[in-house]
Amino acid sequence: MASETDHWASSASVDTLRTRASLLRDVREFFFQRDVLEIETPLLGRHTVTAPFINSFRVQQGGGYLQTSPEYAMKRLLASGCDSIYQICKAFRQGERGDQHNSEFTMLEWYRVGFSLDELMGETEALITQILTPVYSDLPIERISYRDAFIRYANVDPFCVSDEELARVASRHIEFQFELSERDDYLDLLLSHCVEPHLGVIEEGGVSLCFMTDYPASQASLACVKNTEYGEVALRFEAYVNGIELANAYQELTDATALASRWEADQTKRMVLGLADVEKDERLLAAQVAGLPQCSGIALGLDRLLMLQLKQTEIASVIAFTDERA
Amino acid sequence: MGNYSTSDFRSGLKVMLDGDPCAIVDNELVKPGKGQAFNRVKLRNLKTGRVWDRTFKSGESIEGADVMDTELQYLYTDGEFWHFMDANTFEQVQASETAVADAKQWLNEQDIVTVTLWNGAPLTVTPPNFVELTIVETDPGLKGDTAQGGSKPATLNTGAVVRVPLFIDQGEVIRVDTRSGEYVSRAKG
Repeated sequence: MASETDHWASSASVDTLRTRASLLRDVREFFFQRDVLEIETPLLGRHTVTAPFINSFRVQQGGGYLQTSPEYAMKRLLASGCDSIYQICKAFRQGERGDQHNSEFTMLEWYRVGFSLDELMGETEALITQILTPVYSDLPIERISYRDAFIRYANVDPFCVSDEELARVASRHIEFQFELSERDDYLDLLLSHCVEPHLGVIEEGGVSLCFMTDYPASQASLACVKNTEYGEVALRFEAYVNGIELANAYQELTDATALASRWEADQTKRMVLGLADVEKDERLLAAQVAGLPQCSGIALGLDRLLMLQLKQTEIASVIAFTDERA
Repeated sequence: MGNYSTSDFRSGLKVMLDGDPCAIVDNELVKPGKGQAFNRVKLRNLKTGRVWDRTFKSGESIEGADVMDTELQYLYTDGEFWHFMDANTFEQVQASETAVADAKQWLNEQDIVTVTLWNGAPLTVTPPNFVELTIVETDPGLKGDTAQGGSKPATLNTGAVVRVPLFIDQGEVIRVDTRSGEYVSRAKG
């Protein structure tokens, strides 16, 4: 076990911290050129997200939570009349520490009023390409649906497989003994073990920027849904480079009633899993009743983008003081 | 032993898996942004040496294994068991052939070796990296052949057979690297 004093120095080199600073400058310049307004919202807020697998830090004294993303507050700004906005801020998620995770991390989140999800994907491509092209001279762009990715890498159609067969498929691919509470959790198991490692990876050790689209509607979170010939899908995409999940985007759900019912579904799942109850954020609900403009929004992990820019495999090499040094 | 949660998993931690003691080799958190978190863990089965891949749900707990490394003196073998003694307490333990495994060819009486105990009984035996053993049988040495290279087999007092340079004679004491099973030098003194 490391003692208190072992961890006084930064785990990121000074050169890395310089690259980090210039990445922040490049991102700000990118949005300045596009006339997207930089804003700030509270890191300590009264409410937090209901998402069952996102564990917030609750502040004991004074109440409230460290924010797991600035999503709710930024949507309240959109409803307050801001046009397109972006923010670079810290986000906090309890229990997430690993090669690609630190419980406190830096998030770039932006909302584009009037943008379709495809338009936002185009802008995301422009940003990531600008940052990574100098490093990976050739960065091909790929696009695959959630369904096709599962068929290709896990040999299963996630939209028509039965629950029993899905669990069997998972145990054929992966050694585990636990049981999971629902279908989406088995999909997450397969996604993280069999699918994600291939996304943004091309033959002969090359990398690509891969957008995975059309998630099952049950994983819509706060995205709109649409019908396809194989079922209802979420207007949601994620961006991957070299197997690393970089960003998650939605065509935002603007309807307040639908928002309330998504939250209720989250609360029910939290109860089933024995997790702490999280109250609905009535202020976001009120904002959506007042009117959230049609928009698409995305959250991107800047530490991971920096990892890719510097070809690092551990997040600790790009953050000065990770959890164990904080 | 207590239980350990996935967040306690560190490389080297000893845990029970499917009834066997294991050491954690690697622990990787995987979590789709909004989804269930898992830990992909590599564990070495301390009985067989095999490495297992196992995935846990983050937050899952497993039982710790009462495994510890001790430095014991090798005494003798009766053919069925290999006997070791704690030089401070004079307490003795006996290890089966399975536990001694490949280490037995390097066990020299009086040497201090690492004996990994599981619930107090020897699980594995690890010889020192270097041991000094006597050659009991080899072809006669060739004088003046020190520069030529070339080697010949030599049987040591523990039964191990290693390749030695041609100039080494029967009765000599040599130093051997137990990890590679290779001759290093003549023993000093």
